[in-house]
Amino acid sequence: MTTSPSLSPVSNPGADVLLTAENITKSFGGIHALKSASITMRRGEITALIGDNGAGKSTLVRCLSGIHKPDSGTITLDGEQVVFETPHHASQSGIETVHQNLALVEELAVWQNFFLGRELTRRLGLIRTLDRKAMKAHAAELLQDLAVNAPSVTSKVRRLSGGQRQAVAIARAAGRNSKIVIMDEPTAALGVQETARVEHVINTLRDSGVAVLLISHNFDQVMRLADHIWVMRAGVAVAGRRASATSGDELVALITGARAA
Amino acid sequence: MAPMLANIRELSFWAENAASIGLVALVIVFSFLSPAFLTLGNIRAMLIAAAILVILAVAQAFVITTGGIDLSISATMTLGAVGFGLSWSAGRGFVISTVIGILTAALVGLVNGLLIARGKVTDFIATLATLSVATGLALILSDGKPIAVNSSQLLRLTTGSIGIFGYPIILAAVIGAVAWFVMFRTRFGLHVQAVGGNDESAIANGISAVRVRIATYLIAAGLAGVAALLLVARIGAAEPAINTQYLLNSIAAVVLGGVSLTGGKAKIVGPIVGALLLTALTNGLTLLGVSQFYQPLAVGIVVVLAALLTRFQKK
Ligand SMILES: Nc1ncnc2c1ncn2[C@@H]1O[C@H](COP(=O)(O)OP(=O)(O)OP(=O)(O)O)[C@@H](O)[C@H]1O
Ligand SMILES: [Mg+2]
Repeated sequence: MTTSPSLSPVSNPGADVLLTAENITKSFGGIHALKSASITMRRGEITALIGDNGAGKSTLVRCLSGIHKPDSGTITLDGEQVVFETPHHASQSGIETVHQNLALVEELAVWQNFFLGRELTRRLGLIRTLDRKAMKAHAAELLQDLAVNAPSVTSKVRRLSGGQRQAVAIARAAGRNSKIVIMDEPTAALGVQETARVEHVINTLRDSGVAVLLISHNFDQVMRLADHIWVMRAGVAVAGRRASATSGDELVALITGARAA
Repeated sequence: MAPMLANIRELSFWAENAASIGLVALVIVFSFLSPAFLTLGNIRAMLIAAAILVILAVAQAFVITTGGIDLSISATMTLGAVGFGLSWSAGRGFVISTVIGILTAALVGLVNGLLIARGKVTDFIATLATLSVATGLALILSDGKPIAVNSSQLLRLTTGSIGIFGYPIILAAVIGAVAWFVMFRTRFGLHVQAVGGNDESAIANGISAVRVRIATYLIAAGLAGVAALLLVARIGAAEPAINTQYLLNSIAAVVLGGVSLTGGKAKIVGPIVGALLLTALTNGLTLLGVSQFYQPLAVGIVVVLAALLTRFQKK
């Protein structure tokens, strides 16, 4: 049976913990996607979450962003226990997520996707109408920083390349002043230049005090960016390491289970 | 000019504009075949006759944009008409009866919305059930008999006009314009499209798909309640009759308008033109002395052609 690993804030006790997920479990029918996952994230740090396919990373992400309700376990944000009933709730609490599936609506234009759920409006007499101009301009601006071949904000997402879609989803999440940005494999479909830009965005977010949770299968990237690394295996966060105190070999061993936490 | 020509050679051009092209073609053909077709009097009559279907098509377009379908829409209209009629014969005035008629219809929409969005019942099944329930209620409440309504306001609604535009079609046009604005210029409209396009993504972005769906079915039923008013005005009575043709034509108009039944692709003008086309088709066949029996057949053929054409729409 699995026991939850102790939540030792391994080092750097001064950095303040922004989010703690404790003993999160989640099952889908007979599939125990999360058996007991516990992680912490600190303000102004990049926390990486790694593990093999099906380890439960995305499921944990979806619990943190309000898409799934955990079967058990607690989430503490800023010292207060929170229960996210909806994604809206999570984003109001300051958690923005770039989902692995990107959560874009293909039939809608880029700018519509950009502001989906938090549209800018303006008064027109008694009614509120979409401020299309402002949204288009703002979306174009944020995209410009990120994409090498920035798509036109008026084109439908359906017409975009995989990398362009990813850029849209990342720019969208990064552009909303939030406390936590979660990115589930944000550079999976990106070219070299775009990956560099996304990594730059991630660093910028960290420098501005945002806590970033990065899910990635790219070890070099994780070692390059992360301050702290959590390793997941079969629905359990089996180990947490400071990036400075671990190596690629150790991480591989932890992921495969060749080495116990 | 050249790109325009290139456009015309593309099948997708025809597919995107099937309703408008079809309408123009019908008008040309019918005006050759029958001199009475393009007279002011007939155009006026056609537009009045089109009003109910235009409103129902707009209502159906909202539902279909969310990826759903409302099979109860004409039964809802019938129930709304009976609600209006009962209220009227109970001595309440025109305004109150109108409100009661619309609220009666909206009730069906609320049930649809709750069943589909909260109860997770398939839209097809849920609205098939409420189609039956609303039809039954209309028969029970009215005892199966038409309720005569002699209201001067109602009479003015059918007979009044501005130029060749009778009040019913003006009402329908206003509803169409408001619907367009709501769909393409408000948050709610955007959320309707998002939920229809990909509800999982919409939810992940903080939209309540449940609320959007309930609101959509509610709006559709409310519009059916408005259409009920025109129905009573036209017949001069609230009849509990079964209006299947309106249901089929409302869906047909939306399909003709180039809206895909899978949802997410909103159109308002298309379905309105589709409704005009279907009305012109019926009217033209009647003028030519073609038996009533052939009309559903003609509608069916037109819809099949349109459905085949939509396969060539740009993705
Ligand atoms: N909605 C769902 N319904 C049923 N099973 C699910 C669902 N979501 C995830 N699972 C299962 O839960 C397990 C963990 O999936 P998850 O997507 O969290 O893995 P992951 O670590 O993100 O993998 P990857 O690296 O491939 O993205 C898998 O076995 C998956 O099949
Ligand atoms: Mg995943």
